[in-house]
Amino acid sequence: MTWTHDLVKLGVLFSGGKDSVFATYRAMQRNQVACLITLISQNPDSYMFHTPNIQRTSLQAEALGLPLLSRPTLGEKEKELQDLEAAIADARDEYGIEGVVTGAIESVYQAVRTQRICQALDLWCFNPLWQINQVDYLRQLLSEGFQVIITGVFAYPFDASWLGQELTLECVCRLEELWKRYKVSPSGEGGELETMVLDGPIFQKRLEILRSSRSYCNFSGRLLIEEIRLVDK
Amino acid sequence: MILLVDLCIEKDSLSKYEFVHPIADTIERSGFSVEIRHYSELARLMPEKFDKIILCGTALKDNYYTKHINSFSWIKCCGTPVLGICAGMQVIGSVFGGRIVPQQAIGLEAIEIIRASALLGEPRTIDGYHLHNFAVTVPDDFLLLAGCDAYAEAFKHKILSIYGIIFHPEVRNRWILERFTNL
Repeated sequence: MTWTHDLVKLGVLFSGGKDSVFATYRAMQRNQVACLITLISQNPDSYMFHTPNIQRTSLQAEALGLPLLSRPTLGEKEKELQDLEAAIADARDEYGIEGVVTGAIESVYQAVRTQRICQALDLWCFNPLWQINQVDYLRQLLSEGFQVIITGVFAYPFDASWLGQELTLECVCRLEELWKRYKVSPSGEGGELETMVLDGPIFQKRLEILRSSRSYCNFSGRLLIEEIRLVDK
Repeated sequence: MILLVDLCIEKDSLSKYEFVHPIADTIERSGFSVEIRHYSELARLMPEKFDKIILCGTALKDNYYTKHINSFSWIKCCGTPVLGICAGMQVIGSVFGGRIVPQQAIGLEAIEIIRASALLGEPRTIDGYHLHNFAVTVPDDFLLLAGCDAYAEAFKHKILSIYGIIFHPEVRNRWILERFTNL
């Protein structure tokens, strides 16, 4: 018996955070990533979509050398799913994608909804980080050469010092300790953390933050990136 | 050594991360070693040399394995405990004479365990993660463990240690994999 299948053209649901970037990385190792798909949510508490610095995905897409299909959404609980389906349908029509890739790790809510949308559109659905051991995954991100910074904290006991911090091995150890002590998901699966990727092995250029500010109150804060540029590697 | 059989459309597909690696991770954390092989490679292996065998699931759109059911006839005579998950259950059922039939489920659903077994324990209701467009009818030589005749959630061969479950135990029910490794 022989098995040979053509590379499947894929669209990646892309937020610019570590999970969607690493999912892109895995997808590019085996298939053709035809485009990135971003929903710009106006709801900072969206159930489905990463929001801090989401406008910066266009620069990340440029750094990755991939086209970006970006659509707005009000971010209302079920309406945003219709917006997601419409965006994926547009990606299918514009880029000929045959499947969708997500960075879902633990969220059954997100995974089920994406699976149903793909089923409705007759597309493949891939979740290459699904159920991954989170601490091992964070270490792998570093060993594979990704530069990740923390752009949002939304839970106790994260203080303002976490904002803008680069993910390092020491940082991963601290996250592992917080997981053991407070049951905080190490990779922020419960919405405790948001991240942004500035560089990595699939980046043709790296991103450099020139100016940023922090807003923080009561264990909730964001790093607002005010000026950022692409730099040759 | 536990053999994990990858039923995805091709060797080293993107789906392997989703349907094989979480099973491998769970088993290795239980203290057992695993060997992962795509089903296209099984002709070069002797399944009976392994302590146990798990046939893993596939993506919702991936039913390619149904074209190669004959590749799995060894299950009938290997004498090794086998667990089929989702696509793997369909393969087992089909090898023993069951029919693969359209049956869609996506997401968490209640599962009624109706018969006590070493794999699932005592009768009760649990929640399980489902991701399939097809299921399989219960072959004559099998006992229904969970669900109903029209929609078997789990079954076991009447004599052999061969089990099938249509839901994905790697999501919220890893204890099932641990129990299987300890059978």
